[in-house]
Amino acid sequence: MKQNLLLLRPILLGILATGLGLFSVACSSGDDSQAGSNENSIDILGAGATFPAPLVTAMADEYRTLTNNRITVNYQSIGSGGGIRQFIEQTVMFGMSEAFLSDDVMSDIESETGGRAFNMPITLADVVPTYNLPGIEKGLVFDGELLVEIFMGRVPRWDDPQIAALNPDSELPPLPITVVHRSDGSGTTNVWTSFLTRASTEWEERVGFATSVNWPTGIGGNGNEGVAGVVQNTPGSIGYNSLSYAILNNMSYGSVVNSSGNVIEPSYSATTEAANIELPEDTRILFTNTPAENGYPIAGFAWMLIYENLDQNNAIENRTEAVELVRFLVWAITEGQELSETLGFARLPEAAVTRNIDMIRQLVWRGEEIGLEILQENNLI
Amino acid sequence: MSDSVSKPSPSTEEILRKPPGILYRWLGDRIFTIVTVILGISIIALAVAMAWVIFQEGRLAFREFGFFGFLQGTTWDPSVQLQFGAWPFLFGTLITSFISLGIAFFPAIAVAIFTAEYAPKWLEGIIDNLVNLIAAVPSVVIGIWGIFVLAPWLRDSVYMPVYLWASESAPGLLPLLGNPIGYGMTTAIIVLALMIVPYTTALARDAIRLVPKEQREACWGLGATRWEVIRMTVLPYARGGILAGAILSLGRAIGETMAVAMLIGNKNTLPFSILGAAATMPSVIINEFREAVENIHLSSLMAIGFILFLISLIVNLIAAWIIRRYSITGGRTV
Amino acid sequence: MIKTLRQRRIRDRIMEILLVLSTILVILPLLIIIYYVVVNGFSALSWEFFTEELGSPSRAIQGRPTGLIHTILGTIVVDSIAVLLAVPVGLGAGVMLSEYPDHKLNPLLRVMNDTLNGMPAVLKGLVAFVLIVKPMGTFSGFAGGVALAFVMLPIIARTTESALMSIPWTIREAGLAIGLPRWRVILSTVMPSAKVGLVTGGLIAFARAAGEAAPLLFTSFGNNYLPNQWSGMIFGPVDTLPQRLYSLAISPYSEWHAMGWAAAILLLGFVILTFAVARFATRSKF
Repeated sequence: MKQNLLLLRPILLGILATGLGLFSVACSSGDDSQAGSNENSIDILGAGATFPAPLVTAMADEYRTLTNNRITVNYQSIGSGGGIRQFIEQTVMFGMSEAFLSDDVMSDIESETGGRAFNMPITLADVVPTYNLPGIEKGLVFDGELLVEIFMGRVPRWDDPQIAALNPDSELPPLPITVVHRSDGSGTTNVWTSFLTRASTEWEERVGFATSVNWPTGIGGNGNEGVAGVVQNTPGSIGYNSLSYAILNNMSYGSVVNSSGNVIEPSYSATTEAANIELPEDTRILFTNTPAENGYPIAGFAWMLIYENLDQNNAIENRTEAVELVRFLVWAITEGQELSETLGFARLPEAAVTRNIDMIRQLVWRGEEIGLEILQENNLI
Repeated sequence: MSDSVSKPSPSTEEILRKPPGILYRWLGDRIFTIVTVILGISIIALAVAMAWVIFQEGRLAFREFGFFGFLQGTTWDPSVQLQFGAWPFLFGTLITSFISLGIAFFPAIAVAIFTAEYAPKWLEGIIDNLVNLIAAVPSVVIGIWGIFVLAPWLRDSVYMPVYLWASESAPGLLPLLGNPIGYGMTTAIIVLALMIVPYTTALARDAIRLVPKEQREACWGLGATRWEVIRMTVLPYARGGILAGAILSLGRAIGETMAVAMLIGNKNTLPFSILGAAATMPSVIINEFREAVENIHLSSLMAIGFILFLISLIVNLIAAWIIRRYSITGGRTV
Repeated sequence: MIKTLRQRRIRDRIMEILLVLSTILVILPLLIIIYYVVVNGFSALSWEFFTEELGSPSRAIQGRPTGLIHTILGTIVVDSIAVLLAVPVGLGAGVMLSEYPDHKLNPLLRVMNDTLNGMPAVLKGLVAFVLIVKPMGTFSGFAGGVALAFVMLPIIARTTESALMSIPWTIREAGLAIGLPRWRVILSTVMPSAKVGLVTGGLIAFARAAGEAAPLLFTSFGNNYLPNQWSGMIFGPVDTLPQRLYSLAISPYSEWHAMGWAAAILLLGFVILTFAVARFATRSKF
């Protein structure tokens, strides 16, 4: 066999040599501090929801600079479902999801690891109705019932009386309505359908809410761009996108009537406001159709998933990794939030930060209260 | 083992002067045979293990819905009912792969005939290499080209005009056409057709080259034109290779993942439309595998993988059988 | 139906034109693809592309330096692992098929190898996920290498078989006649004579595997940075070109799309180069 290998040896050597060469180039041309601090440097692996990925990866960039390249947070956006799945499989140190863990999963984890799984809000997702109506800019008003009717396929045209009733001042064209939805699994869909579910029992029974559902009508677009692409190319279409995506791409988006009867124009502050409510201790709450008076009603948390007993997660190998993970988490819910608005994200409300701190306090590594220690070192308690 | 590397191979005289010992001969042969056979068996084991692993992971879905129930199920609802059926994806896979084969078949054979019978030597080499290069282009590269160049172009220059024409003069066609967003079944089929050409061409070309000279000459002697020689002697003789190539192409089309997933639009519910989004078995696996939360969802994706495995097994067995029956090549790969 | 000579000539002419047109129809899209990849790719290539890590999308959007050094290195590591795993096994199986033609298991091996070869790469990724990622507890470059080895393996086995078969039996008989044991004949006479064929086969398998993205999504997973430890390349999640190209292409940022084109030119160039070397090797021999 050796002889056979010999034949391919020049190739292998070539590959390896190129690899080593490039590696040394990388190390020498890159920051020297990175190469120097290799001994106590840590890689933190997380994965999950796509929506918060720009924020979390920007946090990772910032945090890496702050720690002199010592801590690398590798976050891969694979979708909310993937975040939960890999968290359960313990292939990642933290998961990220726009849907909180179900009671079943929570109790499974409790019996398996002897501790709870925490859902910690890290940022907020907001979804706006986007449309393409020649002659009408943003600001068309919708309410829950109307959106359900539209997405059930029961409103044939834009000059329908149901739409006109909410928009008496708009010159509505007699265009047919084309409904556009996401065809792939997405947290955006989760927030959007949970709003429709809240708005109508019929929707709840027929369609429900999830990252992908069985749509009664409409055409699918793949990803935020897919939906945006169809909406922008199809006069008379209505879809849904995250607020930052709609703003970034100059799409027309509507305002939505919230449960207090106020017409809310989507904005990051209105989203933050929506979550500034009485939160349950584990923050597992859907606040679409929020009771907050000036809150935007189609919004939800993106949660970071983490085990109470950090040592029980196979992906975390030692105490140092656990400590650095918690340090990053603490930083992300406090100083890290400063990055939010420039990236098109709503800040966490005070209520959520308080709940997060309560949960972090309970994080342990082999019985040692490292969460408490780190909070104290940050003067948060 | 390692010292045999540095030593030069023994020359004939050396061996004749000092015949190797029984240990070197007998034991060496034994060890070599055993090692070789173990390595060979490991491929068999791997293939069996793959089938087993995928089946095992998909068993939950088969148990829940029944094998044929799963195969025929048309609902793919990962949220409320947790109901899964493979039919939309099976249908999507079959229709895209067969139509793309239909499109690719004649041009692929034409290329084979042209290079083997018409082209001068230098051109033959160039075309040969270019066609083989098509097979080597990574499907993600074709995917990114499809997303940013092909799909927008098709949407603006082909789909929209067709759609507008239909909405004016044949509104009955509209539901059949579907939404002309650029990403959809037709786009995927076009890209697939391009990607599978080399497989048919390569085998057809090999088969055409195997046609005996005498046969051709006899035909020429009867006063046939060049095309008549090809039609009457070359093509019938090469039909095994052409058939095998077509089936291998079909297998490629069935299994193609990335380019299709990037371009087909990914719609999980029937009915599909001509221009609108659709899905195939590989595309749904790649889109949802990292996304699936429920065990039954994950298992259903694996079950689709198992069906895909069965189909590509059948397709490849047929192709392999034809190749060996007509003994076209000594086992080439493109 | 009897046709005049003139009709037959016209028909002959038409068919010739059709054949040429078909050939152009097949080749043209390839040239268009290469044109777009080169044009879009070159304009996105920069020095930083080869020295910086990707980081977050805001880096690219705000025009800060960003690149794919970690992806390039990751690809080299994962591909090397795949080669190291697949070459010995593939060669062994090829030797078994050609040098022990009467072995009882050969028909089965052939069928299984064809099956493995025809199996969509996405399934190989699923299997590597179940066999490597799950037990190891984390995504890793190693798992990615295994998945790619599954892709290369059957190709190497088949090309090895056909390369060895092309060596006349008389060469083996000559070796055996002077008293060389069989294993020595195979290793020192048959395989060196088939060297070019073996290397070509290996390169073709390599080129094929290097372009696969589907199996890597569930195995080597992806990483926006270089791992801090060297071992992280093998035992932790790493970036690879095809997988990164995919996620750049489907991302919503136009800056990342440009980087996707740059990744495409790199990947395509790499594959074409490998391919050309393989072709060149064959040409110089025969």
